Amino acid sequence: MDAATPAKKKAIIRTEKLQAYYLLDMQGTQKVVKAVNDVSLTIYENEIYGIAGESGCGKTTLLKALFNDFVPPMRLMGGKIIYLLDGDREVDVTGLSPDEMRQLRMEYISYIPQGSMSVFNPVLKLKETYEDFVGSHRKGQSREETFELARHQIEVLGLPANVLELYPHQLSGGMRQRVTIALASLLRPRVMIGDEPTTALDVVVQRGVIQMLTTIQKDMQNTIVLVTHDMGVHANIADRIGIMYAGKIVEEGPTTQIFSEPLHPYTQFLINSLPKFGDKNVRGSVPGSPPSLADLPPGCPFHPRCPHVKDICRQQMPEFSHPTENHKVACWLIGEGNHG
Amino acid sequence: MDKLLEVNDLTKRYAQGSVLARIVLTAADHVTFYIKPAEIFTLAGESGCGKTTTAKVVLGFEEATSGTILHNGKPQGRKEKVWVTEGVQAIFQDPFSTFNPLRTVDSYFHETVQNYRLAGSKKEAIERIDQKLRLVGLSYAEFAGKYPNEFSGGQLQRISIARALVTDPKLIIADEPVSMVDASLRMSIVNLFKKLRDELGVSILYITHDLATAYYVGDRIAIMFRGNIVEMGTVEQVLMNPRHPYSKLLRDSIPQADPTRRWTTTVSLAELEQEEYLRRGCRFAGRCPDAMEICRGVVPADLSVDVLVKCHLYADGHTVHDPS
Repeated sequence: MDAATPAKKKAIIRTEKLQAYYLLDMQGTQKVVKAVNDVSLTIYENEIYGIAGESGCGKTTLLKALFNDFVPPMRLMGGKIIYLLDGDREVDVTGLSPDEMRQLRMEYISYIPQGSMSVFNPVLKLKETYEDFVGSHRKGQSREETFELARHQIEVLGLPANVLELYPHQLSGGMRQRVTIALASLLRPRVMIGDEPTTALDVVVQRGVIQMLTTIQKDMQNTIVLVTHDMGVHANIADRIGIMYAGKIVEEGPTTQIFSEPLHPYTQFLINSLPKFGDKNVRGSVPGSPPSLADLPPGCPFHPRCPHVKDICRQQMPEFSHPTENHKVACWLIGEGNHG
Repeated sequence: MDKLLEVNDLTKRYAQGSVLARIVLTAADHVTFYIKPAEIFTLAGESGCGKTTTAKVVLGFEEATSGTILHNGKPQGRKEKVWVTEGVQAIFQDPFSTFNPLRTVDSYFHETVQNYRLAGSKKEAIERIDQKLRLVGLSYAEFAGKYPNEFSGGQLQRISIARALVTDPKLIIADEPVSMVDASLRMSIVNLFKKLRDELGVSILYITHDLATAYYVGDRIAIMFRGNIVEMGTVEQVLMNPRHPYSKLLRDSIPQADPTRRWTTTVSLAELEQEEYLRRGCRFAGRCPDAMEICRGVVPADLSVDVLVKCHLYADGHTVHDPS
């Protein structure tokens, strides 16, 4: 597997102690929602990195932060977001101006949203939207050249050639999602981030969309960061997986290891709760519900739901321990003594 | 055999487009199935296959173009409103749009109790509501006086199930009840369905595109494609040993939570839903890996007592592999 030797790969996008909070003013009292809480991630070139977790664990906020898109009330409270530009130059993008950042979007990093309904302007043909998106990046290029580029790519990806002449409402949800992905990959970005791109789709269409994402990744040798709560999708597409809980990454490792030896009790719940064909045994769900990100429990945020909770879990958040070189987990049960 | 709900030859057509460019789509085409008491029957298929249309007609929201629906042997339709007197209940996909955001959630429960005259006093009503909420793991005390936005999606979905239980229904029609919630909540809701069937003898028409949970809780299943039921049988038969090429495709497209078993083959997707609806012959022929000459011209025979697969591959002369 590709992910077996990440040490030799270059980090294409990296965060250091990233904190992205929502600051809400509720009738005079300030409420702080810690959606991304001290996350240090390293994502490499030429890999598919999956982020998994329940709704409301901060997955979408983390993606927006990776995209360096901070819209109030979401605020960057600390930490760095580092992109690797031109193959060798590490730049902390939190300091870039909106103009500089706009130039990086589509060309260096692009975003595939969940509801593809709102990507396209409902009163314009798809090709006009393409022109809007591409125009600001390819200044000297004529309309015809843009359309030609788009048409060529649509064909390569196996979509019907006439799709550019249609309006968004004429497409089914699955087709619209695939056109969105085509648009996001048009300028051959180094990183593509997808926020639940297959969630609203049914299984056959979902399979088609996943197929398309892997084809694009293989062709461009770039990086895809994919958020979804569907562990089945991760198993099928991701090289490495990060498990997120209450704003923190609690476990990270190569996909095969996460599925064969999940170490964190939360990861074990996520994997064991999946129904399997040919097995009708009763499957439990994770007990309780996720904590409010505005009112986190002390210590490890998972301790109120954890079946193996110990005293120390209630007091202190564990550091990462590394059971194997590429696998890390933040849990007091694992690798005792390494936590210092 | 005892049948709680019988749907016979149900057809629903919709006209689309303007007067000049009018096309008629048959959203449900000769749909026939039945549900036994204390049984979870699944109706599965991709979006636009007609499963929700079937539910709407069964619930009396839409009038059938032709066909009959019998509940306990009594005909049901838009006029008869048998549901109202027999207390059949429905659960929908999006719990956030089930409840009015400006109304407290408990008011729905009291309204149902009043409409069905299920309690003599307020105290009795609260007892009844509390009992139902406890079935789904909530209680009256923690929910009284709250608005929908004070609950999470999973809680709201469980509340809407509790609301359906207030009338002690024998049949619940659940239209995609788990497609909006994430994996672990999904399990808590389907486990609840299991409990309702096993402990209270409730039958459930479970409409979903999630075959994994259908296998997990379901007894029998019907696979729908573009208005037709194409295969029907026990979940063991249909999902472990699918016969119709479409059932096979659906089954193989479920992402397995096992990184050693990734997809190796590619699928072709439908270009336009409408085209498939209007296709002559078998509607799946355009995408079917086993399509034969006959499939493009002749519609395969409908399901009957002996035929549980609507496909030319299993017509006379072809043996059907029996898993049992």
